[in-house]
Amino acid sequence: MILVNHDSKLIVQGLTGKTGRFHAEISQQYGTAVVAGVTPGRGGEEVLGVPVFDTVAEARAKTGGNVSVVFVPPPAAADAIIEAAAAGVELVVAITEGIPPADMLKAKQAIRDLGNKTRLVGPNCPGVISPAANVRVGILPTAIFRPGNVGVISRSGTLTYETVAQLAAHGYYPSTCLGIGGDPVVGMGFIDVLEEFEEDPETKGVVLIGEIGGDAEQRAAHYFRDHMSKPLVAYVTGVNAPPGKRMGHAGAIVAGKGGSAKEKIATFNECGVPTALSPTAIGEVAAKTFEGKF
Amino acid sequence: MKLHEYQAKQLFEEAGIVLPPGEVARNLDEVREIAGKLLDPARPGIMVKAQIHAGGRGKGGGVKRAETVEDAVKAAEAILGKPLVTPQTGPEGKVVNQVLLTPATKVLKEVYVAFLLDRAEERMVCIYSAEGGVEIEELAERSPDKIGKMEFSADAGLRPHQARLIASRLGFAKKDMLKGADVLLKLSRLFLNRDCSLVEVNPLALTDPDGVIPLDAKVTIEDNALFRQKDLADWMDETEEDPGTLAAASFGASYVKLEGEIGCMVNGAGLAMATVDALAETGRKPANFLDVGGGANAEQVEKAFRLLMADEDVKVALVNIFGGIMRCDVIAEGVVNACRKASPPFPIVVRLEGTKAEEGRKILAESGLEITPVTGFGNAAKKAAELCG
Repeated sequence: MILVNHDSKLIVQGLTGKTGRFHAEISQQYGTAVVAGVTPGRGGEEVLGVPVFDTVAEARAKTGGNVSVVFVPPPAAADAIIEAAAAGVELVVAITEGIPPADMLKAKQAIRDLGNKTRLVGPNCPGVISPAANVRVGILPTAIFRPGNVGVISRSGTLTYETVAQLAAHGYYPSTCLGIGGDPVVGMGFIDVLEEFEEDPETKGVVLIGEIGGDAEQRAAHYFRDHMSKPLVAYVTGVNAPPGKRMGHAGAIVAGKGGSAKEKIATFNECGVPTALSPTAIGEVAAKTFEGKF
Repeated sequence: MKLHEYQAKQLFEEAGIVLPPGEVARNLDEVREIAGKLLDPARPGIMVKAQIHAGGRGKGGGVKRAETVEDAVKAAEAILGKPLVTPQTGPEGKVVNQVLLTPATKVLKEVYVAFLLDRAEERMVCIYSAEGGVEIEELAERSPDKIGKMEFSADAGLRPHQARLIASRLGFAKKDMLKGADVLLKLSRLFLNRDCSLVEVNPLALTDPDGVIPLDAKVTIEDNALFRQKDLADWMDETEEDPGTLAAASFGASYVKLEGEIGCMVNGAGLAMATVDALAETGRKPANFLDVGGGANAEQVEKAFRLLMADEDVKVALVNIFGGIMRCDVIAEGVVNACRKASPPFPIVVRLEGTKAEEGRKILAESGLEITPVTGFGNAAKKAAELCG
């Protein structure tokens, strides 16, 4: 498993909010060590039997929390991410949807300025789950997860659950499953995660779910070709998507060509990555690819 | 959120960029009045420019030069209130509700500049080319070496020396170089301060007698930052937006009208796109793309479902939910409430998985409504296609 494991102690930033509390409780029931909540101005309270602190620094010092999940609303979310990094949290998982991309550029710069000791997943993502350690950081529905050997990585949220359910139908389950987020600026990218999966002894194969726009999928395909020994299966959604919003002509130039699903699928195939052409065939293609290998 | 040229130019002026006067007219009387005011014998007439959210207006006949007030009125009459078709509007065009009038100027040189987020490299960049006034996409295809790119600080904007470097690479010299650099500097700061996702000036022109000025302006404000640009949020031109998209946005959903017959309600953009792909395999097309988002409550789901009920093209509704942050019981409650208030004009196929799926299915089953429950979204797409007849 990668990123989260038996040693993960979770701080919930925004525990006193409706969504934070709802999902913290599910994580608790799943067996995750939820050690602290942070809501500025609510220090000293207790939610779900978990102490609430005013600052991440205090939460970390008093509870040893080393992973944080961010449920803070968009205007304050980027600062919440930086606060966690400044407090020395090792992994920050940002669930919040709707953070301005410029704020995320600054948050990532701040993490680098702090010595690049914090890894960031998200924002606008479903989070990370390692079923064998019962650690759930985020909003993933627990019922579909059992411990297994497949690394699952996706830019989507709900399509990730769909993928996990299809894998389960063929008897395959995740070592770790995570969504890296669908925003223009996110923390860890496909390649960062593929590196981790390649090194991880429990992960025997990887499923990657991409989508239209940008060139992260092509880069991942090339990374696989040049650096990976474990089997990788991909699916790219949006083959039939209507032309999306374009950011004028300049946007198309910066993104370059190759943002379409078809071009991405072609690159995966060129690099030796089997791709599911239908969203209902992800499990089947993965099972065929993994069969006999683990 | 896209701005009109006249709104973008207003932001330019707020940023300290000096522009020739310009005013917007919504009818011919206003055109006559404004043209009379702006007409200046020292200049080559007045420009009449259609204000729509699409580029290529010149090619579509939406930008005209008039030498007299009556010419200006005639030029405006030809475009006001009528759809304007440009290479970017699609064949149906966009109705012109207002025109911008501004004094014409003698153009000596045209260049291209744009400020935006370079998504692949995760940095802010200024894109520039000495070949302005042309389709930048065409230029990128034809001679990419003529397009320059410079990263700038997301905190400070362009540094003065960077602005001077770009201005000189664009071929401005001496005082024009300094004026061009000043405009670039101000544009980059405006881009950051106003949370733009795009500031594009094509062309930035050296003119007589106005010096270096933006002749056109395309600005898009980052939707996710409107919470701190509230004055700009009020600038939204709702006539430019699809009513369904606008309604959906008001309750946090994302809706795009499409051409097919199966009305889709899905949670998450990825699953929504995958649902479109799965439907395509059955030979059916979706009537819409509708992502209800993650945090919707039952009331918002009900409103979202009513968007499908209001669409006469919808023959079957397909609800495809894999609950995470979204709870299936909330979806079920919203759908049931929508159907109780007005009987749905089509069969409904519902697939619920994930968070509170059991509870959701129970609400649907106990509602007494005619809803076909399915498991697996391949099956859901097939069932919806089948019911479509």
